[in-house]
Amino acid sequence: MPVLWIALTVLALAAVGFLVGRGRALSTAGGDARKLHSLPNYYGWNVALFVLVPSLLTLAAWILIAPTMIEGRVVSLISEEVAADADARNLMMADVRRVAAGLDLAVAQGVMSAEEASDLRAGENDIRGRLAEVGVALGDNVTTAVLAAAQRYRVLSSASSLWMTIAVLGLAGLGFFYAWRRTRPDYRARNVVERSILLLLILCASIAILTTLGIILSMLFETQNFFSQYPWQDFFFSTTWSPNFRGNSDLGILPLLWGTLYISFIALLVSVPIGLFAAIYMSEYAGPRMRSVAKPMIEVLAGIPTIVYGLFALITVGPLLRDYFAQPMGFGQSSSSVMTAGIVMGIMLIPFVSSLSDDIINAVPQTMRDGSLGLGATHSETIRQVVLPAALPGIVGAVLLAASRAIGETMIVVLGAGAAARLDLNPFEAMTTVTVKIVSQLTGDTDFAAPETLVAFALGLTLFVMTLGLNVLALWIVRRYREQYE
Amino acid sequence: MTDLTAAAPVPKTSILTQDKRTKRRNAAEARFKAYGLAAVLTGIAALILLMGSILYNGLSSFQQTYISLAVELPAEALDKTGNRDPAEMRSVSTFGYTPLIAAAIEQKMAEAGVQIEGLSARDAGALISKEAPAQLRNYVLANPEVVGTTVTFNLLASGRIDGYYKGRVTMESALLDQNISQAQLQLADAFRDSGTLVTGFNWAFITSPDASDQRPEAAGLGVAILGSLYMMLIVLALALPIGVAASIYLEEFAPKNRWTDLIEVNISNLAAVPSIVYGILGLAIFINFAGLPQSAPIVGGLVLTLMTLPTIIIATRASLKSVPPSIRDAALGVGASKMQAVFHHVLPLAAPGILTGTIIGLAQALGETAPLLLIGMVAFVREFPDAPPEGFFDPASALPVQIYNWTQRSDPAFVERASGAIIVLLIFLLAMNALAIFLRRRFERRW
Repeated sequence: MPVLWIALTVLALAAVGFLVGRGRALSTAGGDARKLHSLPNYYGWNVALFVLVPSLLTLAAWILIAPTMIEGRVVSLISEEVAADADARNLMMADVRRVAAGLDLAVAQGVMSAEEASDLRAGENDIRGRLAEVGVALGDNVTTAVLAAAQRYRVLSSASSLWMTIAVLGLAGLGFFYAWRRTRPDYRARNVVERSILLLLILCASIAILTTLGIILSMLFETQNFFSQYPWQDFFFSTTWSPNFRGNSDLGILPLLWGTLYISFIALLVSVPIGLFAAIYMSEYAGPRMRSVAKPMIEVLAGIPTIVYGLFALITVGPLLRDYFAQPMGFGQSSSSVMTAGIVMGIMLIPFVSSLSDDIINAVPQTMRDGSLGLGATHSETIRQVVLPAALPGIVGAVLLAASRAIGETMIVVLGAGAAARLDLNPFEAMTTVTVKIVSQLTGDTDFAAPETLVAFALGLTLFVMTLGLNVLALWIVRRYREQYE
Repeated sequence: MTDLTAAAPVPKTSILTQDKRTKRRNAAEARFKAYGLAAVLTGIAALILLMGSILYNGLSSFQQTYISLAVELPAEALDKTGNRDPAEMRSVSTFGYTPLIAAAIEQKMAEAGVQIEGLSARDAGALISKEAPAQLRNYVLANPEVVGTTVTFNLLASGRIDGYYKGRVTMESALLDQNISQAQLQLADAFRDSGTLVTGFNWAFITSPDASDQRPEAAGLGVAILGSLYMMLIVLALALPIGVAASIYLEEFAPKNRWTDLIEVNISNLAAVPSIVYGILGLAIFINFAGLPQSAPIVGGLVLTLMTLPTIIIATRASLKSVPPSIRDAALGVGASKMQAVFHHVLPLAAPGILTGTIIGLAQALGETAPLLLIGMVAFVREFPDAPPEGFFDPASALPVQIYNWTQRSDPAFVERASGAIIVLLIFLLAMNALAIFLRRRFERRW
């Protein structure tokens, strides 16, 4: 039975269970709900939960585990002579899967009978031709070993699917029966149901932890693979980046880091003054009318997807900078440059800096301003000498958060900064960043055994550690500062 | 203090004339205020420039040039057996339709009396998009009864002709361009004067799938919009329940201990993890480990779910927190259990805030590009995915990735398409944010 149908059957059984459980509770209490420990619906939910939870958990576990187990048993069939190393075995397994899927499809479409499909002989029947009929193209003729493995694969997966159906539906039925049996007026249905809901809530809350674990583990594992093929000293301290898919690549992170930091620096140079002054003006000078118009307009900038900024850099800012600044001043011919990406990223970060600083400036107590104004200071003197020093830690936190955004930003630099890894000071030159190289090493045809692909995971881990460090520091500063005036 | 009393001549001051120092201070004040105003105006100017640039480049993609031609559909070429069976007529490929269009153009030129020097029949045929024969073939296969008659079609003009009327291609640029000649442009002008060449609203841009490098005029957003829609469905179905459940636990039930502290710190950090890292996670776990297919909406949806969860959790917790404790106390006071108090009273009151947060999270997910690049959504997909749930596993594209894809192609017509696609994306985002603002205004309660 297909998974969807199994799930639907279980759901239907749960719905029936709800009605039956509720009915049984009421009938054992003689129709008087006051004699029950819990409200009648809780007895229904109780049965439904007992049907759903064990069976669906089993289903999920089966779907996750079964394919790897089947593959393992089929791989052990392939002898050492046919496929010597892991690569050859992987290639063969891909063939096996294609043949098995093709045979299944042929049976499903009625091109072959089920017996015919399981009695095929590699030499005698033209399997490739037969499978081409149903639209499965095979690169090579099917060898005996592959066919045998494919047959084994089909047998195992159909057995697994049958047992999964039996196990899941059986568990659902058992749960139904067990909960139905226990439904009596003094059964504490509400406590059981509430406890299970609480467990479910805890499970959902733990997904955040699982995500972090997933991120760290997946990157750590592949990074380890990378460092077993490529020396870590070269990765961290080499100044050349020239991947070469025939091997012998130089994969030094320094030029990428330089590009990332240079672009982020320019972005902060644009966004921090503008964002900070905008926040000061909004919270200290602007009247309510001005604020109600200007504030949402600046915040719209934060809701625009980064791909839009990327295209803006590519078709407007890049050519503009090239034609009016770089070429006349003799700095270069490239429209994608550190400056392009930096300025556009700066625009993206303006609302980020301004809304964070706005919050922080507003949190400075009014009494401090009143005291300063009362001593005769002008408005701007109050801001510069009283408000800003008081808000400084929070503003530093905001700038750090903006920096972490800038370092991790991808689309603007992919479209605006260029692809050449270079250690240079000229801001009108194309340079590249860590994120650009992650994208370029992981898109297209990738070979997960080559260091040229695996390096992306090491780059990702570096990026993750950098941004995490900045975030933790910034959140710590902001939180500490907030406590000061509360 | 002693300085003041010791000062011999007291300077003459008046509140009517400012002294030098006051002037300086007031000037500094005015300057400071001007800097602030300039910063605000710079931000607004950046927004206007950004929008203006996108609209300027992209609005024209909603217009498309068509050439209306009466095409004769001879039975002997299209349906040799004569029983109008679409299955048999499939054997005639698009190459079989190309001569029909060429003949129709020639006839049109003869009718209009257009004579242009140095224009071969082949060049005249190149006015029509390479996609047009396929357009014609699909129409004939869908309506086999039209074979043998003459039907008037609005056929797509080629990308360069389209660009000529949008100002991208000029007579001068045609001299340097191998794909278009001045003679062809003159023919196009002649057709325009005779009303054969028309401009209309480009529905195909929104409904049809992507087209190859050579046919920017036929490229559309259909598959991308559908793929984005599928992903949003998955994100909504997973992120909303999980996010709400997690926030209810953390806000209402969680004891203060190490584990919940860890979860809290985790969530605030996950919200700030660069999106590309989620792409790496998706590639390593969902594709390489779990074996899900590449460029499928299910993988994109799962990755975006993980990305959106922190946003939804933070918004939900804020709106749960804003429900006053008196509501909980009242429910507990009349004998409700803690679970009943939360699910029957607190959650419904927090629902508008949760919905607003969810919509804003979805809008963020809709515009996200970087993680989708890593899970293979950049692939060239022309087939529409099936209906869900099977369709979740079919290859599809997504709006922002389609935009990225078009920026990587060499024909400048794709820049127009990319900007047009951004307008579509921004319209979706605008609609979602407007809905969120409406919900907040309509249902928000101040306690």
